Amino acid sequence: MTLIAWIVAGLLLVTSVGILVSRDWRLGLGFLGLQYLGVFWLTSQHWPVSMAAIKVVTGWMAIATLGITRLNLKESDKESEQILPEGRLFRMFTAGIVTVIIVTAAPTVEDIIPGIGMPVISGSLILMGLGMLHLGMTVQPFRVILGLLTVLAGFEALYAALESSILVAAMLSTVNLGLALVGAYLLSARMPEENV
Amino acid sequence: MSAPLLWIFIPAALALPALLISNGRILSIVGGSLALLLSLVALIVPIDQALQIGNFSLKIAPEIEILGRRLILTPADGSLLAIFYGLVAMWFYGAEVTRTAHRLVPLGLIIIALLVASIAVEPFLYAAILIEIAVLLAVPLLLPVNQAPGPGVMRFLIYQTMGMPFILFAGWLLTGVESSPSDLALAVQSATILGLGFAFLLAMFPLYVWLPMLAEEVSPYALGFLFWVLPTITIIFGMGFLDRYSWLRTSAGLSQVLSVGGLVMVVTGGLWSAFQRHLSRQMAYAVIAETGFSLLAFSLSPEKAVDAVFLLIIPRSLALLVWAMSLTQMKELAEPLRFSAVQGLARKHPVTTAGLILAHFSIAGFPLLAGFPVRLALWEGLASQSLGVAFWFLIGILGLLTGATRTLAVLVMAPQGTGWELQERWRPGILIGIGVLGLFLLGIFPQIFRPIMANLPGMFEHLGK
Repeated sequence: MTLIAWIVAGLLLVTSVGILVSRDWRLGLGFLGLQYLGVFWLTSQHWPVSMAAIKVVTGWMAIATLGITRLNLKESDKESEQILPEGRLFRMFTAGIVTVIIVTAAPTVEDIIPGIGMPVISGSLILMGLGMLHLGMTVQPFRVILGLLTVLAGFEALYAALESSILVAAMLSTVNLGLALVGAYLLSARMPEENV
Repeated sequence: MSAPLLWIFIPAALALPALLISNGRILSIVGGSLALLLSLVALIVPIDQALQIGNFSLKIAPEIEILGRRLILTPADGSLLAIFYGLVAMWFYGAEVTRTAHRLVPLGLIIIALLVASIAVEPFLYAAILIEIAVLLAVPLLLPVNQAPGPGVMRFLIYQTMGMPFILFAGWLLTGVESSPSDLALAVQSATILGLGFAFLLAMFPLYVWLPMLAEEVSPYALGFLFWVLPTITIIFGMGFLDRYSWLRTSAGLSQVLSVGGLVMVVTGGLWSAFQRHLSRQMAYAVIAETGFSLLAFSLSPEKAVDAVFLLIIPRSLALLVWAMSLTQMKELAEPLRFSAVQGLARKHPVTTAGLILAHFSIAGFPLLAGFPVRLALWEGLASQSLGVAFWFLIGILGLLTGATRTLAVLVMAPQGTGWELQERWRPGILIGIGVLGLFLLGIFPQIFRPIMANLPGMFEHLGK
């Protein structure tokens, strides 16, 4: 069981780095979809599977919302990264630094919240750390929403171990869906002639 | 009938039909009247007490239960609801002349309902999630669908969203501190995380970079509404934390942290305002200073702090309302709102100019205006604690006054021989005029709202006692 949990934490590292370095929005959403599967697994360590499934269902609904909106935008609306640094190598390097920091910090977090397990802590910290890194690198609506969803996914994986209220789960799902809807709104918020 | 149903669910539900009203003036009047009605009900009908009118008896129950959690509005919350919805009514009535009614009224109703729910929810920690949902709704309020989002909007979304996880996590840690108060390390960790959460939500130094950026990008009126409502509720939410956790309330370092944090915001907000050449950015820096004033009020001795924080609410809202309305009028005349573009506008638009300048002076605490009595009381309280803090407070105030004076100089500056040529739109002019009158009225008679304000500290069990 622990081995699988570590594999899931590894998967989360791959998906969050993938979201950070990928330039194709389809790939980004694909990584996000996988990420929610990982979050579901980590959450199911502390919640009943039926309740943990909320995470993956909400996440995929958010992805569908963003995907459909993005699909309906003209090709000319495709975001080209205007702000440096944009190199993949640079992003991977910074992701590496953040990962090292997380590996160092995870035992301290486990001291503060004992009994959750290192894989859950590492997985959630990876998502939060790399999500924040992503947010620090862009102001493009689509990428900002991916970054925020990643940070929240990491937080929710950790918070699920501390709080098992149905109302909180519902409210956090509302926040995730709300973020996706805001993302869709921001993506389509353009001058009238620029819209499809 | 229950209080949460009346002041949370009904406004939220009425926001949906409000979306269908296409006439901005009707929408503005309907929304404003609804808010006014809710304010009057809060003022007249006590919560959880039977009100006998002839044979008819009316009692508003204080709570409602949802999924095992409760929304409670106590009798002490009545005054806050009256003030809150009263101020919202003013913003809604002004929405039509600023051409924001279609967004401000429906979304404003839901945002206000969510923020009132954040005060009412038990456990109170869930307020962080409700505030976050309100923030998400604020995005379409700020940004019309025909305007591309700029970096300010994106940063607003990022910074406000980041606050929620920190506060929720800190809330969990705080319960641990309660059960083992001797664990100093845990106490420091939880207080730090909580502080970070509030630093994000209140846009505290240095996390306020997005405020001036946002001010440049979006409608000043919608922004002014959010600049008033979000920090006010966040501060009340923060007071809830202090009320709940006695170790936090009594910790020796809290007053110092609040004092330093508030002072840095007042000084930087004031100084940046003094050197600013963009009118919307000046409003943003004044808002930063205003949040600093609230934090400084918090840092006063416990018996004074609660009163001081609540006293800031009405002058802040009124000044921002007048300022935002004047800025919106000016934005229609000059875009962007740089000094070079607005130079000499006072000759053609004296009422708008007066509204802008007097609102700025009011936030700076200029005598006879609404902000003055509160600033004076705050300055006196700070001086009794530390002369150094009082000195830096003065520097911040001087910065704001310099900014206002520079703006005044630019707006009246016109080539020699230029005459006065009145081109003011009469309806916005009348509303700004009424607002300016209100600023003077509150400055000269600050005790007007004293009877309502007197009940507000009752919202808290321990704070201010």
